[in-house]
Amino acid sequence: MQAERRRIVLGLALAVTAFGLPLVAPNDYVIGVAARICLYATLALGLNVVVGFAGLLDIGYVAFFGIGSYLYAFLASPHFGLHLPFLLALPLVVLGTALFGILIGAPTLRLGGDYLAIVTLGFGEITYLLLLNLDRPVNITNGPSGIIDIDPPRLFGHAMTGNTSYYYLFLVVLGLALIAANRLQHSRIGWAWQAIREDELAARAMGINTTVAKLQAFAIGASFAGFAGALLASWQRSVFPENFLFTESINVLAMVIIGGMGSLAGVILGAVVIVALPEVFRELQAYRLLVFGLMLMVLMIFRPQGILVPRSRAAPAARDAAEAKQPG
Amino acid sequence: MDALGILPQQLVFGLALGAIYGLIALGYTMVYGILLMINFAHGELFMIGAYVGWGVLIWLINANFGGLHPAWVVPLMLLMAMSVSGILGMSLERFAYRPLYTRGATRLGPLISAVGASIFLQNAVMLTQGARMKVYMTGLLFPRSWYIQVAGVRISALVLVMVGVALLLMWLLNLLVQRTTLGRCMRAVAEDREVAAVMGVNVRRIIAITFLLGSALGGAAGVLVGLYYTQIDFFMGYSAGLKAFTAAVLGGIGNLKGAMLGGIVLGLIESLAVTFLNPAYRDVVAFVVLILVLVFRPTGLLGETVPQANKV
Amino acid sequence: MLSLTDVVAGYGPLQVLRGVTLDVQQGEIVCLLGGNAAGKSTMLKTVLGLLRPSAGSVALEGERIDRLATEDIVRRGIALVPESRRIFARMTVWENLAMGAYSRRSASPGEIDHDLERVYGLFPRLKERVSQHAGTMSGGEQQMLAIGRALMARPRLMLLDEPSMGLAPVLVEQVFDIIQAINRQGTTILVVEQNAAVALAVAHRGYVLQDGHIVMHGAAAQLLDADDIRRAYLGED
Repeated sequence: MQAERRRIVLGLALAVTAFGLPLVAPNDYVIGVAARICLYATLALGLNVVVGFAGLLDIGYVAFFGIGSYLYAFLASPHFGLHLPFLLALPLVVLGTALFGILIGAPTLRLGGDYLAIVTLGFGEITYLLLLNLDRPVNITNGPSGIIDIDPPRLFGHAMTGNTSYYYLFLVVLGLALIAANRLQHSRIGWAWQAIREDELAARAMGINTTVAKLQAFAIGASFAGFAGALLASWQRSVFPENFLFTESINVLAMVIIGGMGSLAGVILGAVVIVALPEVFRELQAYRLLVFGLMLMVLMIFRPQGILVPRSRAAPAARDAAEAKQPG
Repeated sequence: MDALGILPQQLVFGLALGAIYGLIALGYTMVYGILLMINFAHGELFMIGAYVGWGVLIWLINANFGGLHPAWVVPLMLLMAMSVSGILGMSLERFAYRPLYTRGATRLGPLISAVGASIFLQNAVMLTQGARMKVYMTGLLFPRSWYIQVAGVRISALVLVMVGVALLLMWLLNLLVQRTTLGRCMRAVAEDREVAAVMGVNVRRIIAITFLLGSALGGAAGVLVGLYYTQIDFFMGYSAGLKAFTAAVLGGIGNLKGAMLGGIVLGLIESLAVTFLNPAYRDVVAFVVLILVLVFRPTGLLGETVPQANKV
Repeated sequence: MLSLTDVVAGYGPLQVLRGVTLDVQQGEIVCLLGGNAAGKSTMLKTVLGLLRPSAGSVALEGERIDRLATEDIVRRGIALVPESRRIFARMTVWENLAMGAYSRRSASPGEIDHDLERVYGLFPRLKERVSQHAGTMSGGEQQMLAIGRALMARPRLMLLDEPSMGLAPVLVEQVFDIIQAINRQGTTILVVEQNAAVALAVAHRGYVLQDGHIVMHGAAAQLLDADDIRRAYLGED
């Protein structure tokens, strides 16, 4: 009871702080950074469903982010002449991205995790190449020039401008994403994912249709990314292939891993670290990836469960026993 | 564009490229066969080999040795690159991977560590060598006048050396694995690690040697690629690694002959695709092949079983 | 020759062996009986160093081996015929046998050849199939190969894990005849078995393992008699 109350109080305090941030922020740039954090945290929550909940290593996640962004750009910009309203384009983008998730997941999810990692890596690479080159023979993506002049969201008759309004939008979206992720984690599918993550063979033996469950994780993860992508496109008012390089996939993966795979609070912490830290240590920017790579290796050896361990994670010893061969 | 006209030339390129893919693929498949793990950092070991070769060549040029003949320069470059890559690969296994799989960590652990190693190595090279590409002065070693003409196709001495070296290394590896006691131990450990240990095999040593050999081959491929394409950068391991992995899967992952065969087939496919389609999609070809193989014939051309459960 | 003293071993919190004491004297055939999941294979793994006991000790001719690495233990003259054969399917018969001799790297080629001939003498079928891939052979032939492979190590102590499993009764008899022959040639044998009847027929002494404890032990003849009472119990486990 005490722990529960403490958590609620903490959560409320954080929420109040978050909502009050623009009032105390020194300048607009900081609000912009905060907005980025919320956006990427949402994105990372999506990857967390795939990697943290279901244990599928997707290292090409940026592809879905890019697809979402570009789909939104197709639907709400002068590029194709479509100017769908924000609230209509959004679900379409999410649906479209989820479809891509199913498309790429269907043939590959039934194979071992290592294969999935490589395939997702390749898919991320290919998506970037397609975004870069699909301007001929038919101009779909406008190539390296990207798509610009994307419509901003129009809510209550007004086009959104200024980082502050976007910040609040993203904050609300993040809140919704958190609720969704939490509900997923404790739902039937969430338990299925956990079982698959711990021991897929055992999960299958328990009657779980692992292929369907994995596909669902993939599609839901893609949906989150599509959503975030649409938000990015409407905020930046432009999209370029350069926004969706492999390094972005790694950034998002970092957010999930640092905080502890599966832990929602951890993911947010990860987003804060990954987005805010480079701002603080601007001179060391070049070393960021180097340190990150090293950190991944070290983390896996000494603290594989991440910095914040999710409560539902079973003790490794029990898992080892379950994995042990049948004694003779 | 006369696609058919340049076809024979492209086929030669394809074979040369394929030999390279095969060399790199061997590294992947050897490690996978013995640990059921994809060494993500393998592409970086290939890249580092290329840099080492470049360094040796630059040093030789600057030292003004006068007569730089490929007959001794190339073996020297290869030797240095293979040593560095081999030892680096072995260190990676020892310090980054071994603590994970001996502990029986989840399968994600070694994978993530490998991704981390890959990123680390890429950036280490970028920070120490600069982000701009380096140039192999291949022209100093292989004058353009050295070539042979076969059926209307010009095959330069460089290509001959490249393919020759690749094939030689593959042949030597095959000899080692099939005919020596060490090779038998490697095959035994790959097939059943526990029983191999019970036969008295030092499994850790065998794993280390596997990494040493596989990484060394990757390093050799790096030198060959540097000589051929003359431009190297810190990012080249990324796409080459992906394609080599595709080659390994195509041939049947875990199968040495499969890796070699897969490499050559992929090289040819890529060359043909580039001849007839938009060259910008060169990298897409490998990925499409990967998907097709995984969907329709996951065991690959020469493979037996599809690896599912983890042995790591 | 081999002695286990109060050995406790298992997998994580699952302690399968809960204080096992047994010994094997030189020249004997000792059998270890018990139903499924009683801990028989676990015991063999502990002896071979594939598992570390959390308590107790294992000694070979007086020297403690429970802290040694598997390859060091094996080099002291212990060989295993694993459960379900587990021969190297992708290698030829000859290569399997060669691997069996691996722990004796200091031996001369002449000695190895001599041992090969000895194995071929016991198993003429293997000589016929020398270059055949082991995976293509029948269960019985694979069992022969597994035993032959263990013999190539010229072990002082040979461990067999359920050699009768999956074999037709005729073959089981053959296998145990060969075990007796090997024993007569000087190799000490410890055989782990579910098939109590056939094991006790060739063994000198036996132990019964149940729930991680030794619940019975004695001369094989004695156990066979007592076994009349326990046969159903042992059999159905």
